[in-house]
Amino acid sequence: MRHLLSAADLDRQEIIEILDLAEEMAQVLHRPIKKLPALRGRTVVNLFFEDSTRTRSSFEIAGKWLSADVINISAKGSSVSKGESLRDTVLTVAAMGVDALVIRHQASGAPAQAAQWIDAQVVNAGDGMHEHPTQALLDAFTMRRHFRGRAGEDGDGPTDFTGRTVASVGDITHSRVARSNALLLRTLGAEVIMVAPPTLLPSGIDSWPVEVRTDLDSVLERADIVMMLRVQRERMSGGYFPTPREYTVGYGLTRDRLARLRPEAAICHPGPMNRGLEISADAADAANSLVLDQVAAGVAVRMSVLYQLLGGADEDADHARATSATVKETIR
Amino acid sequence: MSAYLITGADLAGSGRGDLLIIDGRFADPADAPADVERIDADGLVALPGLVDLHTHLREPGREDAETVATGSAAAARGGYTAVLAMANTNPVTDTAEAATHIAALGAAAGHAQVVPVGAITKDLAGAELAELGLMARSAAGVRVFSDDGHCVADSRLMRRALEYVRAFDGVIAQHAQDPRLAGPDACCHEGEISGRLGLPGWPPAAESTIVARDVELAELTRSRVHVCHVTTAETVEVLRWAKRRGVAVTAEVTPHHLLLTTDEVLGYDPTYKVNPPLRPAEHVAALRAALADGTIDAVATDHAPHARHDKEHAFADAAFGMVGLETALGVVIETMRDALGWAGIADRMSAAPARIARLAEQGRPLRPGEPANLVLVDPSARAVVDAARSASLSRNNPWHGRELPDPVVATFWQGRRTFARDSAAV
Repeated sequence: MRHLLSAADLDRQEIIEILDLAEEMAQVLHRPIKKLPALRGRTVVNLFFEDSTRTRSSFEIAGKWLSADVINISAKGSSVSKGESLRDTVLTVAAMGVDALVIRHQASGAPAQAAQWIDAQVVNAGDGMHEHPTQALLDAFTMRRHFRGRAGEDGDGPTDFTGRTVASVGDITHSRVARSNALLLRTLGAEVIMVAPPTLLPSGIDSWPVEVRTDLDSVLERADIVMMLRVQRERMSGGYFPTPREYTVGYGLTRDRLARLRPEAAICHPGPMNRGLEISADAADAANSLVLDQVAAGVAVRMSVLYQLLGGADEDADHARATSATVKETIR
Repeated sequence: MSAYLITGADLAGSGRGDLLIIDGRFADPADAPADVERIDADGLVALPGLVDLHTHLREPGREDAETVATGSAAAARGGYTAVLAMANTNPVTDTAEAATHIAALGAAAGHAQVVPVGAITKDLAGAELAELGLMARSAAGVRVFSDDGHCVADSRLMRRALEYVRAFDGVIAQHAQDPRLAGPDACCHEGEISGRLGLPGWPPAAESTIVARDVELAELTRSRVHVCHVTTAETVEVLRWAKRRGVAVTAEVTPHHLLLTTDEVLGYDPTYKVNPPLRPAEHVAALRAALADGTIDAVATDHAPHARHDKEHAFADAAFGMVGLETALGVVIETMRDALGWAGIADRMSAAPARIARLAEQGRPLRPGEPANLVLVDPSARAVVDAARSASLSRNNPWHGRELPDPVVATFWQGRRTFARDSAAV
């Protein structure tokens, strides 16, 4: 893997390898000393043009537990307003001898542009309304664990999502999480349903490999996973829907809707949650809510991604599996 | 002044003939003086000098991106003998003094006739009319007014502008973009690609609804409206309907909208960020058909030079626009030669824009007595475009690396040779 810019960069086998390795990495979280030597001497820079707490800190922890040197650079505010071009900012950071650049930017496509300007490997940590591929990976990791747990199996349950149905509900138009999830979950074989008021469905969604609905109630009983998307504050006054109250009635995971989910269904939310708007407290804190599992998965999945990029770069699949085995050995 | 006898050229598709240039005008070839410079144009096509209704020369304000001198030199290389310099400079061309200054810079540079476009509203703010009449009466003789880059969205202001310029046969050139439907963030045709890439969309209706309103206002005011850079099939339909009704509406299309499609933005390369945006192939086909049947009157470049660093931002943050003066004729030959023929190309790139801008000395037929504005064209030459080989100061060239017709052999403005590809041969 040269870069991770889009969930579309990954085929089914690569996704499963990342998720499997993340399972191994997750075990590190339960050890008293959490460091692995895998990326010793490598430098990872988190270049964040937009505020982020959980994504930035989980990349930072992931890099550190793999023994990479991790540096955080906050470049908040438009580079246009500062007078420096994106290219200059990226080249400046890369010139310091960086192995991987983890980029978060408020503008779609910025990590893809950066990848063309520099030799370092680039991870997209969320770009505008475009994609957030590591979020999709950690969501898939969390969902797969849930499916395996339901199957009563321990580690050797289903590897992909064939026959599963995931419904993403809310502001699809402005959601990079929704785009990456749609791509990744489809690659893993899931059926994906996108549910939103028509004002929050992106143009051209009819050509996506997903089912599109404007009525949440019609899909509740079919979903194995209900992924509630955050309603950004600026959308509330943007004329996309009349009032928050009306949004909740139409598209919120209310107590009533919670009761209508299938018993084995689970609830996801990429956070931060607007309790009482898109998700009720009952749903957020329900026994079948995976919200905190998603956060916990962030570090393990990002360790796996950084390892796949920097530890086994440019190698063929056999070798990647061999290095994966080495990591497993190190962990044990 | 030099005299030239150009022999054997195809005269804009009307058959072969000779052209004598003397004292800035065409004359009867039989009157050629003994010391005339002979130019063998066998196999070449002679077209009247091209006229660009829509050029950004960036001076004053952004002389690092382009100047009147470099931009008009690029125009001469592209076969142009007149360019209309858009008003969105800094300061804006919204006074007679500013307009006269631009015209004087053009005359001093001597590459082509540089005609200032006047702003419709003061400082392009869309609030109050600029001094349209004073610009018209100035030595620059402004007839085309545009807030290009900004739409005159206020219907009452647009009505007043149209009414007012009727007194001096002016034309209001509208940048048709409803700012509520396509705001300043809109940077990609609204469709499957904008949805997939997560780029703010620019829906076709933001253009066609403004054009529909404007043709109604032109009819109401019995005035002339010109639609800048048409990009959509819907606008083409509105123009057809308006022209059928006899409304005094004209329209232009850019070379890039005749060939490039939305697909170009898939890699987030800001070179392809332009306003209005590149559209899908079905719109491109509609624009070509409209240019062929005259629904769209003219080709205009919207040559928009930018300093390199203004294009090296994230796609959403980068400047809008692409250079185009030196490649325009090549793109038109590539896309329209079969449909238009040489006479049609001469009309859409010279006679029609000259008529719209009321330039009496441009876009004239190639015959004795007319001003000697001329471009000699090699109809078969092709070349791979190299952005570095340009008279423009800027390199935001969407055609870089593509093979296109490379037609311009020589350009003559007022009987003076302003460009020659190979001075030994011509």
